[in-house]
Amino acid sequence: MSGNNTFSLKVEELSHRALNAKLREAVANGIQRIELREVYGQRYIGTDLNKPVQIEIYGTPGNDMGAFMNGPSIVVHGNVQDGSGNTMDDGVIVVHGHAGDITGLAARGGKIFIKEDVGYRVGIHMKEYGEKKPLLVIGGTAQDFLGEYMAGGTLVLLGLNLKENEGHKARFIGTGMHGGVIYLRGNVEDFQLGKEVGVVEPDDNDYTVLQSAVGEFASYFDYDAEELLKGKFLKLFPLSSRPYGRLYTH
Amino acid sequence: MRDLTEISNPYSDGKIIDSCSIFGMMDTSGKCFSGKDITKAIGNMHFRGNGLGGGFAIYGLYPEYADYYAFHIMYLSKDSQNQVESFLKENFHVVVTDEIPTQPTPAIINPPLVWRYFLEVDMGKCVLQEPDDYVTEKVMQINTCMDGAFVFSSGKNMGVFKGVGYPEEIAEYFCLNDYQGYLWTSHGRFPTNTRGWWGGAHPFNILDWTVVHNGEISSYGINYRCLEQFGYLCTMQTDTEVVAYIIDLLMRKHGLPIEIVAKIMAPPFWDDIERLPQDERELLIALRQVYSSMLLNGPFTIIIAHQGEMIGFTDRIRLRPLTVGVKGSMLYLSSEEASIRLISPDLDKAWIPMGGEPIIGRLATENQKQFITGVTEVRTGNKLR
Repeated sequence: MSGNNTFSLKVEELSHRALNAKLREAVANGIQRIELREVYGQRYIGTDLNKPVQIEIYGTPGNDMGAFMNGPSIVVHGNVQDGSGNTMDDGVIVVHGHAGDITGLAARGGKIFIKEDVGYRVGIHMKEYGEKKPLLVIGGTAQDFLGEYMAGGTLVLLGLNLKENEGHKARFIGTGMHGGVIYLRGNVEDFQLGKEVGVVEPDDNDYTVLQSAVGEFASYFDYDAEELLKGKFLKLFPLSSRPYGRLYTH
Repeated sequence: MRDLTEISNPYSDGKIIDSCSIFGMMDTSGKCFSGKDITKAIGNMHFRGNGLGGGFAIYGLYPEYADYYAFHIMYLSKDSQNQVESFLKENFHVVVTDEIPTQPTPAIINPPLVWRYFLEVDMGKCVLQEPDDYVTEKVMQINTCMDGAFVFSSGKNMGVFKGVGYPEEIAEYFCLNDYQGYLWTSHGRFPTNTRGWWGGAHPFNILDWTVVHNGEISSYGINYRCLEQFGYLCTMQTDTEVVAYIIDLLMRKHGLPIEIVAKIMAPPFWDDIERLPQDERELLIALRQVYSSMLLNGPFTIIIAHQGEMIGFTDRIRLRPLTVGVKGSMLYLSSEEASIRLISPDLDKAWIPMGGEPIIGRLATENQKQFITGVTEVRTGNKLR
């Protein structure tokens, strides 16, 4: 524990229940900055704090980091496991490493920035309503089922660690997609895309969205946004908002 | 053994968010280490299990008896022990008999008797048969025909320790800090389709093959009916058992390498196969045709081990997690990265392999310095911090 409105903790083998209770207590006491060191797999960090606190994590936080999160900003110095940003409502997650499966699943708001690669089914069933639009930016490449059943929000895949002329390898991208948009830097073949997905070149409106998203990504990880935006982008969009609307009618 | 059906949900939770935990670690230089680190690592995933099964497999365990089959047998009564021991004397030369040392552990209630035997195959009885087949047959005979007795470990220079409890409690109960091995795997169980009992804990074993598994093998019925035709009988009431027998059949008896076996158990999709070059395509089609009953359907991550080798892979669309860590000659496989970092914070590499892609650690030999494979094909996360 230290002063200046900062709560500092060496987490080690503390259980997730005990840790999250400490965080709730700290935030209730007006703490605005939380620093967690030696984090080893504790789940649900940031879930129920509901205030715009800053959380710095050193180590490997557990599954469902920032699940249902409403407000906090989490920066992770390391990798995250599965389910980060699960059904997140508002706030920011920045990961200086890679992220596991189903990152950003069912997110309904907030922003997630992953420096390196992500696992399977990332952005699955992200959604949006009115002003609430989640954003997920991935610096590396993704494994299969990226943006599966996507219903809203913006997903950006930059592929910065791919070699010259090396395409993304993910299969089933956007399978079941019926809302939102995926911007993909680099190449994909048609067979890698779900059959509910259309591909076009981004237009000026798209580049406005990309400039803001890639700009913020670049600011967290010390990239030159202009350089990143020079790459070739594809826009993946849903061919229908109700691809199976007729399936159950008759 | 107490009936656990009433307490499988002790807190009456409306939704239980558990899953199994698996962890494997191997020093590919062959150096042996105790159970301290793996107990800490699997214990860190305590919340993935619910205390209804935990276990460990250890390789390089009995160097002083390396030429003998080491049987670990659990008994529900003294009678079943007497019956099995006379069966063992009839069919083997029993070199050593001892009770497996345990220590009182509050969480371990009403355990079975657990004994260990070092056995030599009676070559007078084992005619026109490989000793390994003879041993497999005898294990099946004990497990199916003798009441209240289960052989849960039957390999050479290795052993399985398992039971009902969290894995860290099982480690304490069996004093695993006192054992040394170069390859350890472990499991924390969250039973889904069958109740928790001592024989149903992982790892599952036949000869020196062991399997720990997170997931559900929905092809269990097809798999076990196929295995029955090859003399394997499923007695442990758990889907994972079929994986151990498939591995024994494909790798030991059919002599297939793990790279091929992975393509049988988690084959690529037909449309992926169609895009491959002709020779590769023909091979994969042949495998799917010949071994269709060995395909594992449903979500799984498994760690397979046998003498000198540890292999981890998931189903082809990765419905269960697997993270790999490498530090020097050490290979770590885990359900969660945090558990690896708890015992080895400064990994050389950590990554998440593609579904169906086997990660293989082999004991280094003079000719083969490249002992951890899978690394070169890594498609994600090979750069770290």
